Amino acid sequence: MSFLIFETLNKKFGDFVAVRDMSLSVERGEFISLLGPSGCGKTTTLQMVAGLLPPTSGRIVLDGKDITKTPPNQRGLGIVFQSYALFPHMTATDNVAFGLEMRGVGKAERTDRARGALDQVKLGQFVDRYPKDMSGGQRQRVALARALVIEPPVLLLDEPLSNLDAKLREEMRIELRLLQQDIGVTTILVTHDQEEALSMSDRIVVMQQGDVAQIAAPLDLYERPTNTFVSDFVGKTNLIQGQITGDNEVNVDGTRVSVDTLAHTHGSSVTLSIRPEKFQMSDDPSGHEVRVEAAIFLGASWLYRVKGSMGDLFVTQPNTGSAGYAKGDVAWLGWPEGALTLFKGAQ
Amino acid sequence: MMASIQPRKVPYFLTGPGVIFFAALLGAPMVMTLLLSLHSYDFNTGIQPDWTLANYVEVLGDSYFQKIFGRTFGLALLVTVICVLIGVPEAYVLSRLSSRWRSVFLLVVLGPLLISVVVRTLGWALFFGGNGVLTMTAQALGFGDEPVSLMFTFTGMTIALVHVLVPFMVISVWASLQKIDPQSEDAGLSLGASKMTVLRRITLPQAMPGILSGSIIVFALTASAFATPAIIGGRRMKVVATAAYDEYLSTLNWPLGATIAILLLLANIGIIVSYNKLIERRFAKVFE
Repeated sequence: MSFLIFETLNKKFGDFVAVRDMSLSVERGEFISLLGPSGCGKTTTLQMVAGLLPPTSGRIVLDGKDITKTPPNQRGLGIVFQSYALFPHMTATDNVAFGLEMRGVGKAERTDRARGALDQVKLGQFVDRYPKDMSGGQRQRVALARALVIEPPVLLLDEPLSNLDAKLREEMRIELRLLQQDIGVTTILVTHDQEEALSMSDRIVVMQQGDVAQIAAPLDLYERPTNTFVSDFVGKTNLIQGQITGDNEVNVDGTRVSVDTLAHTHGSSVTLSIRPEKFQMSDDPSGHEVRVEAAIFLGASWLYRVKGSMGDLFVTQPNTGSAGYAKGDVAWLGWPEGALTLFKGAQ
Repeated sequence: MMASIQPRKVPYFLTGPGVIFFAALLGAPMVMTLLLSLHSYDFNTGIQPDWTLANYVEVLGDSYFQKIFGRTFGLALLVTVICVLIGVPEAYVLSRLSSRWRSVFLLVVLGPLLISVVVRTLGWALFFGGNGVLTMTAQALGFGDEPVSLMFTFTGMTIALVHVLVPFMVISVWASLQKIDPQSEDAGLSLGASKMTVLRRITLPQAMPGILSGSIIVFALTASAFATPAIIGGRRMKVVATAAYDEYLSTLNWPLGATIAILLLLANIGIIVSYNKLIERRFAKVFE
């Protein structure tokens, strides 16, 4: 039996359904991300797990025990809030020691353990600082230490990196993931940042308007999205409208594209999805002819917007050190078998 | 054609009207009061053109005035404490109401400020008086036939002043409660604290700056209150402000009245400045 189970969780605010029939089984030590745009219900789900919001219906089971009605102060979960929610009137040590104090740990021991936890997040020199004298990154670490020091069965992270600058955010992703694997704590991360979810999680739950759109491991989610919402939201993609005109053939505005059409019926409208980096762009006049409309240099790669008979497409090519294509150039696109994913219906 | 003003001088021009206004209407009378307090007074010939500290010696040495000063600051302290006890829970409840109810109750709390202090105090006078509502209620409940009057008593003054000043405490505490990150309370809960513990250890300490600044406002306003002590306390229960008034208008000993007024001002400034220092030292490193 799984460690943490959501059984058809529902949350309604009046007529508005924030979370609909959410079911999920989380294994012990797993890192799960709830990913979706704002308003998709991911934070609501997290708050139900934390006990800060009662579900309208459904159950939450932790380690075999139904905790649906357990108040938040008896769940013992570690939470890192988006605003960090540090206690401004306490030093870093007192902030971290608060949870231990509530558990009746003696003063000497809790100070010791709080300092140990602060060491663990590399804040050893800042134990006596007040939150207002710390940077965003340091506050974030205090919040993390405060959540971890109580040795919670589950760690809940509510957009913990969204208030950090880009460089720090990337460092923290790696650090947080390593720390989580080190401790082995079961973790649920709420984020709207697909890169964050892809880089940190064991599995990702993509949510859309209260529904679960897909649950999959990062690579599966990226390579094999099951619907256009996921393929568009996770990573960049080109969505192309077409019609099935024959076995393994889709007609896109007159251009015939060969793709595995096994699961679809003849004559039906479909949407093709292909990631920008799957294209191979060359001067060799074979494949799909396009004209470069815009070329943007990104350092590690080039991003092109090209126009051809299949419409506007985005293409990413790695930077090999030589000059890329310029606006107005003509080039030909090819792609490997299996790069195209087919979805039922027009977008 | 408008003459152009050098940018450097703009602040002076902008603050000029305010400075002149206060210098003329507040500064000048205060300086005149100070000068007045340094003259002696003769009941036959009036204010003397001499310079003396005799008035200060008289006020500070006279047990009659000492008692009035003691009563005033005792009253200020008591009113402040009661305002904290009433105003803080009131502000907390206000901050927890849904936004619709909150605006209704904010109006209820702040409404009294729209009515003149004199009118409100006269209301209390009707209530407290020998044949007022209080007496009638007490008699109806069978507490004897004796009239129950709180007029000209310390208790009466305290009740009326608390009523007048509690809105200031509520506003001040409410403002600092508004600034609290509600997630910090959730964080407290998630770390295992009970709701009472969260209130005591997380919420209240963060509201402390508001409680302390509210206390300063209430204390200062009570110590210098005139209308309410004049009506409820009257001549029998004088405070410093009413004592100064009586020296001016009844005894006509303006220099002595000025001395009392100056001493009240100094005491008030002294208490508030040192209290403020204490707060700053305690909280400056915690709150920005």
